Amino acid sequence: MSERLAPQDKVPFWRSPQGRAWMFQLCMVGGFLWLAVSMYRNTLVNLKTRGISSGFGFLANEAGFRIGEVTGIPLPQGGLLWFLLSLVAGLAISQLIARQLKSDSGTPMNSKWLSVSLFFSIGLPMLTLYVFRDSIEIAHYTESSSYFMALLTGLGNTLKVTVIGCVASTILGLLIALGRLSPNWLLSNICRWYVELNRNLPVLLQLFFWYFIVLQQLPNVRKSIDLGGWLILNKRGLFLPSLVPQQGAWLFCATIVVALVAIWVLRRRAIRILDETGMPVKILFPALGFLIGLPALAWLVGGQPFTLDFPVLKGFNFKGGTGLTPEFTALVVGLTVYVSAFNAEIIRSGIEAVSKGQREAARALAMNERQVMRIVILPQAMRIIVPPMTSEYLAIAKNSSLAVAIGYPEFVSVGGTILNQSGQAVEIVGIWMGVYLCISLLISFGMNIYNSKVALVER
Amino acid sequence: MSEYTPSQNIPDRQPPATSVGIIGWVCKNLLCPWYNAVLTIVSCWAIWSAVAPFWEWAVTNASISLDPEVAKQHTGAAWGFIRDMWPVFMTGVYPAEERWRPLIALCIVVVLVSLSLVASYRRSRWLKILWFVSPIVVFALVYGGGITGLPVVGTHYWGGLMLTIMLSIVAMLAAFPISVLLALGRTSDMPIAKPFCVAYIELIRGVPLITLLFMASVVLPLFLPAGMELDKVLRALVGITMFFSAYLAENIRGGLQGISKGQYEAADALGMSYWKKTIVVILPQALRIVIPPMVNNFIGILKDTSLVGIVGLVDLLQIAFATTSNPKWFGRLEEAYVFIAFWYWILCYALSSYSQYLERKMPSASK
Repeated sequence: MSERLAPQDKVPFWRSPQGRAWMFQLCMVGGFLWLAVSMYRNTLVNLKTRGISSGFGFLANEAGFRIGEVTGIPLPQGGLLWFLLSLVAGLAISQLIARQLKSDSGTPMNSKWLSVSLFFSIGLPMLTLYVFRDSIEIAHYTESSSYFMALLTGLGNTLKVTVIGCVASTILGLLIALGRLSPNWLLSNICRWYVELNRNLPVLLQLFFWYFIVLQQLPNVRKSIDLGGWLILNKRGLFLPSLVPQQGAWLFCATIVVALVAIWVLRRRAIRILDETGMPVKILFPALGFLIGLPALAWLVGGQPFTLDFPVLKGFNFKGGTGLTPEFTALVVGLTVYVSAFNAEIIRSGIEAVSKGQREAARALAMNERQVMRIVILPQAMRIIVPPMTSEYLAIAKNSSLAVAIGYPEFVSVGGTILNQSGQAVEIVGIWMGVYLCISLLISFGMNIYNSKVALVER
Repeated sequence: MSEYTPSQNIPDRQPPATSVGIIGWVCKNLLCPWYNAVLTIVSCWAIWSAVAPFWEWAVTNASISLDPEVAKQHTGAAWGFIRDMWPVFMTGVYPAEERWRPLIALCIVVVLVSLSLVASYRRSRWLKILWFVSPIVVFALVYGGGITGLPVVGTHYWGGLMLTIMLSIVAMLAAFPISVLLALGRTSDMPIAKPFCVAYIELIRGVPLITLLFMASVVLPLFLPAGMELDKVLRALVGITMFFSAYLAENIRGGLQGISKGQYEAADALGMSYWKKTIVVILPQALRIVIPPMVNNFIGILKDTSLVGIVGLVDLLQIAFATTSNPKWFGRLEEAYVFIAFWYWILCYALSSYSQYLERKMPSASK
């Protein structure tokens, strides 16, 4: 083939892939703009005919409805601002130190610098909190508070449920996963059917089950199940004694923090010695000594840190102590049971995915069963477990919105009440979406940091 | 030392009785070592304490009489309530004299599914045409009106299991093309379309379904021109479809990324246009990989349609409240929940077993 191909004419604009992509995108943007403009116009007309004024001004109006469960909201003034400022400053300083050290020597920080950066990131905010403890004002929602305050209270309840649900479902999921992995045939099958039962039923059905069936079986206030005054269970909820901080409470809490930091330092030292010399260092007893000894010392010096406030039957209900409403209990139990089934599957498949050779090699190195699990299997399994667990935590945050169906006053349910009262549908739905998006982004941000710690370090 | 000869072979000994057969299995899985035996006893106790009261309630002390007075004499479940209310659980407040229509629609779907299970029919063109026509036929039957000559039964009469299944199937069918486009947009390198798809997917995946349902039921009417009313069921469908198209798109993106680069390059080398490459080469392979996760997605839709009750539809879950507020069977919530849970569980378990079967059957991606 000696003749050469004639030089092609330039490809016309509408036949080149780039040109087509641009035309397609322009059509898309045009269509989207048209949709947005027409929707905006329709909304203006519709709002006018319904007599609703748009904008977020309504948030300052008085709410006027009752919220069954009120979480304290610290007001953004005085002490709280100083605390937040010192928290941001402390984190920034410790980040700076870490970066500087890394660029100077290329090695991770030694224990001296570590304690300095620890002081800035944890100690400094704690110190600020202690110094300004009296100027932090905590506001509680009342019927005369604003809609904004009502939404904040709802958000507080959402976060409460989410945090408790995440912790509880992880622990329960871990137990179920261990049960499924156990060599005991019966136990493993119970756990299997627990998972199959719970993950194939809608979470709303499960919430209804706990709220309308299980909690309705509980006795009346007069016939409460009473465990010596420590735990009281009846139709109105679960009552526990609450801790009332006394004079020495601050010192007591501070010593616990100090003890935890000391244990952490001990553990790092033990790992370093193990790495350098191969000699395992036992830290259990010193750690227990710190954890029990320091707070005990604080108790002796500062007096009894807490007194217990027991719930007492007064009139038609129990007063004092900590009361968990039936709605809260049903929501937390329902979400925990539902998500624990998914968590158990994630943990089990993560552990099973670590190749058999790893376990055999570790056994060949004469590790005992605990060491095999802790040093070889778990670090590898965590890499597989963490990403899907993140989406389960997100699922808890999102599914907590189902509380609207059983009347627990969390974010969506409070927002729904405001929506009915004020008719500000667009704004409320916008606030919902914005806030949930922020929660989701925060959780995935935190889990991504953790994931980058456990992820495979390429060498 | 004597020389080795075969005749000196020691005959094989039988393994000890405690390590083979039934005894060996019991010993290994239930009794040895001692803590295993403890676990077995605890497990037995757990099973007993969970199953025995349920058995007593559901079987021993239960009644199946259609008469509520007879049922009241029994301490256990009143299954007569379920027998009495069966059609309501299945179709909601659909008019009694028209209930044969959903029944025929169900028969059509069951016949089509069973025909599809026969391998030799599966590839026939007639079956495919029937599948494509069936949604229209089913809708015409259930809704009525138009050329069918049947009386119209509006969507506010729809309910129960029928509504749950219809919502999930229609939402899946509607979400599928949207999610394919979103996934293609997200994997493309178009500077405007890609961030748009990413933003949509991440926004939807970051918010709970309930906020989308509220948006579809209270905000969507505001967006529409004055005088244009959207049906309540249709509004819920818009919310569910928006929600699941984002999740489905992420699964399909996984499939698109699971295809080797060579396939794209080969299609380009053959001079195929973008759409030809996508439709003829890429999507058939990508979608085949993601069938199991798509089935799991469908299970998610089926379970999450239960949320439409919060915006006022009477699906299978809400039927529990509707039927138990009937004075005849007042407060029989336990029976209703067990019955509803049974249906959800059977459907979801069957689907998830099917998806696991597909996953096992599927050749791995490396082949």
